[in-house]
Amino acid sequence: MKVAKRSYDAVIVGAGGAGLRAALQLSEAGLKTAVLTKVFPTRSHTVAAQGGVAASLGNSTEDNWHWHMYDTVKGSDWLGDQDAIEFMCKKANEVVVELEHYGMPFDRLDNGKIYQRPFGGHSQNYGKTPVSRSCAAADRTGHAMLHALYQRNVRANTQFFVEWMALDLIRDADGDVVGVTAMEMETGEVSIFHAKATIFATGGAGRIYYSSTNAFINTGDGVGMAARAGVPLEDMEFWQFHPTGVAGAGVLITEGVRGEGGILRNSSGDRFMERYAPNLKDLASRDVVSRAMTTEINEGRGCGTDKDHVLLDITHLSPDTIMKRLPGIREISIQFAGIDPIKAPIPVVPTCHYQMGGIPTNYKGQVVAPKDGNASSPVAGFYAAGECACASVHGANRLGTNSLLDLLVFGKSAGETVVEDIKSGNLSLKALPEDAADLALARMARLENQTNGTDVHEVRLAMQRTMQKHAGVFRFSDLLKEGVTKIMEVAEQAKHTQIKDKSKVWNTARMEALELDNLIEVAKATMTSAEARKESRGAHVRDDAPDTAEFPNGRRDDEWLKHTLWYSEGNRLDYKPVNLQPMSEDVDPIALATRTY
Amino acid sequence: MTMHRGRVRWHCRRALLELDIVLTRFLERDFDQLSDAQLVDLQDLLNLEDHDLWAMVNGSTECSEARWMPFLGMFRESGRESTIDNKG
Ligand SMILES: Cc1cc2nc3c(=O)[nH]c(=O)nc-3n(C[C@H](O)[C@H](O)[C@H](O)COP(=O)(O)OP(=O)(O)OC[C@H]3O[C@@H](n4cnc5c(N)ncnc54)[C@H](O)[C@@H]3O)c2cc1C
Repeated sequence: MKVAKRSYDAVIVGAGGAGLRAALQLSEAGLKTAVLTKVFPTRSHTVAAQGGVAASLGNSTEDNWHWHMYDTVKGSDWLGDQDAIEFMCKKANEVVVELEHYGMPFDRLDNGKIYQRPFGGHSQNYGKTPVSRSCAAADRTGHAMLHALYQRNVRANTQFFVEWMALDLIRDADGDVVGVTAMEMETGEVSIFHAKATIFATGGAGRIYYSSTNAFINTGDGVGMAARAGVPLEDMEFWQFHPTGVAGAGVLITEGVRGEGGILRNSSGDRFMERYAPNLKDLASRDVVSRAMTTEINEGRGCGTDKDHVLLDITHLSPDTIMKRLPGIREISIQFAGIDPIKAPIPVVPTCHYQMGGIPTNYKGQVVAPKDGNASSPVAGFYAAGECACASVHGANRLGTNSLLDLLVFGKSAGETVVEDIKSGNLSLKALPEDAADLALARMARLENQTNGTDVHEVRLAMQRTMQKHAGVFRFSDLLKEGVTKIMEVAEQAKHTQIKDKSKVWNTARMEALELDNLIEVAKATMTSAEARKESRGAHVRDDAPDTAEFPNGRRDDEWLKHTLWYSEGNRLDYKPVNLQPMSEDVDPIALATRTY
Repeated sequence: MTMHRGRVRWHCRRALLELDIVLTRFLERDFDQLSDAQLVDLQDLLNLEDHDLWAMVNGSTECSEARWMPFLGMFRESGRESTIDNKG
């Protein structure tokens, strides 16, 4: 089969916050840059972000990057790499101010400076008092960010390939990345994008879980493509569960509701958070609240006929407050729970929200993997940024508003590195291997010719249920073990998906089948990595690693202060050390301590 | 002007989960029944920004075009019926 080829200096897969920020760096440096995206850029999932972007501007309260770095390391439960965290926190002000110059309509103080508001886990003076560090544009921060970056890219002549789906990474005999294969949805044709540099910015894979706050588009395509190409995935056992997704729908109810006085109650109407977090109660950190809710449900104190959720009660607030301060929430509750929160409490469950792990990178955005005794050797020609990447700044638990910051800092950094690598002659257009398109074409042909196969929707549902049951908020050693067997069975079914509609043009059934190939890689990585990590840390909490005097919170630094690396081939695990050393001498390493709030 | 059905269907993939959910049942049940003319109207509606479309669906802003009203009605109904066993 003859496959069309296009050549670029750089090809970026993904046009969310991370992809657009990286593209800008390249196009403004005059490089010939192509951006591939499944949907129109401003319809990327970054649009959903409302809370804001973190930067220690100190406009509303005193602040500095040292405090931000401390909060991030502690939030990560010391699994984050301190060089990357230093880099991100130091760069935060620069990238946020840049965005302001690109026309981002941040909320402002009377003195004209960017307004900042508090957010969970962010503090002054190394954990002493809350700080206002989040910069927002009303409740449309992500949306405004994408628009500002998109306009700027149009000006810089970035070439967009909208409604193109990247299928697989192309590596040559040296293991270097020389581009991607992609399908144009309008024609169903596969093309090769041959490039000196390939940057993945494909977002997260929250749809591996049954209950997720993520839109359907978050299918982990970049992560799946990397895994199929032999690149390991880092720390995939760590997923953040947001305490309040609407039961049965997953739609996010912001922390702001509890900030306004919302109370979580079990089946007897008991305000159970008083027992789990006597001080902060309903406003304790995300992982603490999610685990408390799950304990209530597991111990039979859940609500509803299936006793499978708890209630978020705001009926004691005045209708005026609800209408004025929480209007969006009322609409979500009415639409998805059939309940007016002025009159009755909202059914909620902890819901999968954010992927902490991903494609391993360093702070320059280079993808790294073990090679010749070096645990973090750059894969030539390959870069990644955003939720699909693991720099690793979020470690075992991400702080709210640090993700949008991650997109900006590491999107830009990946772009800068590519510009340097190309200008210095480090990167050139390497020859395409003969079999460049084979992997993608084989997947397409398999789908085309499959008979007596499995149903995409059913396999996806089986995966989501398996993940939810076996690798949820709380993890149990026996369920995890069983989960590995089960997810491998589901993966086997995923190899035989069949589609009825074989048409070439705009075939959404084919797209969903191809997406499932990626989701299943992420699911296998998550389950296998979680089963193996025999400690509790951040978002990963196991029954057989409880809180003891010897090992507070069940964290085992003696054995598990290391990053997981999962390889798709052979479902194999490896590990690499956490970098506890900051990038510069401006700051001392943040010493290991017990994470308490 | 005729629209490719598959293309309009793909444009029902949104950036907000709220919209994905309200469109799920609509896609299963109502979408295939739409006439070509309706498809054009739907495509125009789908060209709205996600937050603006969601505000129209949930009624917090008024629908600016009469020809979109029937769709908004179908979306709302679809959202009410949808459970978590969605297509995502
Ligand atoms: C409801 C919600 C609220 C949130 N609020 C906040 C917040 O307030 N603050 C914060 O910091 N974080 C927040 N987060 C997290 C944050 O929004 C995300 O982590 C972040 O937006 C991800 O950005 P990204 O650029 O990595 O990916 P995305 O924005 O998801 O973009 C991915 C891009 O990749 C493209 N793509 C994917 N696969 C392919 C493929 N195969 N071929 C071609 N293109 C492809 C897509 O089309 C898209 O353009 C929130 C998350 C959710 C779910």
